[in-house]
Amino acid sequence: MSRVAIGRSGSIRPVAQRPGLTLAAWRAAQPRTPLSASSDPSASVDVATIPGSSGPLAAQGLGCRRGRRLLFSGLDMRLEPGSITWLRGTNGSGKTSLMRILAGLSHAAEGEITWGAQPLRRAGPEAMQQIIYVGHANALKEDLTLAESVAFLGVLGGLDEPLGRARRALDHLGLASRADAPVRTLSQGQRRRGALARLALDDAPRTWILDEPYDALDAASCALLTRMIEGNAARRGAVLLTSHQVVSLAGAREFDLEPWRRA
Amino acid sequence: MTGALLSVARRDLLLARRRRVEALLPLGFFIIAAGLFPIGVGPEPQTLRVIAPGVVWVCALLAAMLSVTQMFASDHQDGSLEQMLLAPQSLITVVLGKVVAHWLSSGVPLVLMAPVIGVLFDMRAGSIGTLVITLLLGTPILSLMGSVGAALTLGLRSGAALVFLLVLPLTIPALIFGTGAVGAVDSGLSAQAHLSLLGALLIATLLGAPLATAAALRISMD
Repeated sequence: MSRVAIGRSGSIRPVAQRPGLTLAAWRAAQPRTPLSASSDPSASVDVATIPGSSGPLAAQGLGCRRGRRLLFSGLDMRLEPGSITWLRGTNGSGKTSLMRILAGLSHAAEGEITWGAQPLRRAGPEAMQQIIYVGHANALKEDLTLAESVAFLGVLGGLDEPLGRARRALDHLGLASRADAPVRTLSQGQRRRGALARLALDDAPRTWILDEPYDALDAASCALLTRMIEGNAARRGAVLLTSHQVVSLAGAREFDLEPWRRA
Repeated sequence: MTGALLSVARRDLLLARRRRVEALLPLGFFIIAAGLFPIGVGPEPQTLRVIAPGVVWVCALLAAMLSVTQMFASDHQDGSLEQMLLAPQSLITVVLGKVVAHWLSSGVPLVLMAPVIGVLFDMRAGSIGTLVITLLLGTPILSLMGSVGAALTLGLRSGAALVFLLVLPLTIPALIFGTGAVGAVDSGLSAQAHLSLLGALLIATLLGAPLATAAALRISMD
């Protein structure tokens, strides 16, 4: 397994490989494919792609319009089982918009989202259960306790025994002592961890769509989140994330929005 | 399905209980607004008895609208609504759960307070009974119609005022049959026709409003 460092400089570098290669030269050597980093053999070593599979969650010819601006168009993307995809782009390039479209929250101006062989909109509850979207907002209620808030997210996700699961998940994220505290008394980082606790509600492989999950987390929590993301990929789930922080993810692929930008 | 409905309703009721003052504001508005009429109109028992059903109904309408504007606001703000839209459970179930919680936390207190207002207006016992039954049938209609308005105006700056403008005209049929039933009892007739129509209105709203609310929420969140 090769480790890839995602740095603030905005590059994915296979660490300790191609030592003499500059970033620009390395990038120039990459053929332009829809998923630019997937062609990097060192990054996709442990990504067991199913030959001929359409992939569970995929986008074809996706275009997004915000007001009168066309943010991007003709975008193709595929979240293969077992893959970690780091979505890159400048501020306002449409990362959050793309994630909301992929999660099924927003309509795309053009193109289609598919789940397996069928459109996501018609894929039904089974598909929705497989996709977890964690946005900028934490989806925790100020007046509920942390455990109650996370348990409700479990109920929405169709899980049984939600309160027990929520407590175990919070324990996993080091929030056991705060589980019965009202969310309004928690710090920003604790709230973020609480929001991410829903990823640990069960062990099923799922498609995670995480918008800036590393936001407000301390170093130990960042490492824990990295382990959770890698764990989901190892269970043959798929992860799509954005991050401005320095994180190190095994087998992460880079997906740059730049080639599809229109605005 | 019922499981999700009940958990949404239970969560919203729990939230209302944690914010008791906020939850009781519509009831306070109802009492004060209805209490202003005897002062403004004058303490003539005959006049008060005539205007009582209309006053109680209009005040209940306004009080219900006051709270219904907040039905989705806080969930929209903290991102819970996004998760409800993405949940494998049907959004209609979630909406119904929220409507049930809204009715229990703000509709039922109005129904329970109505007899007290009735006594204040010197209404007869029979009329008070009919008034309570009409409100029992009518307040769920208000919660259901209000949910559509709240969903449509979600995230708009003057959303609360818009809900009043959008929803209040739609509640006119409920107001007519509600006050008509009490009027019929007052003049010695049967209130059954009015109550049947009010019940029919409730069934029609129950079937249509959650669908419209769910669709409006999807549009608002797009």
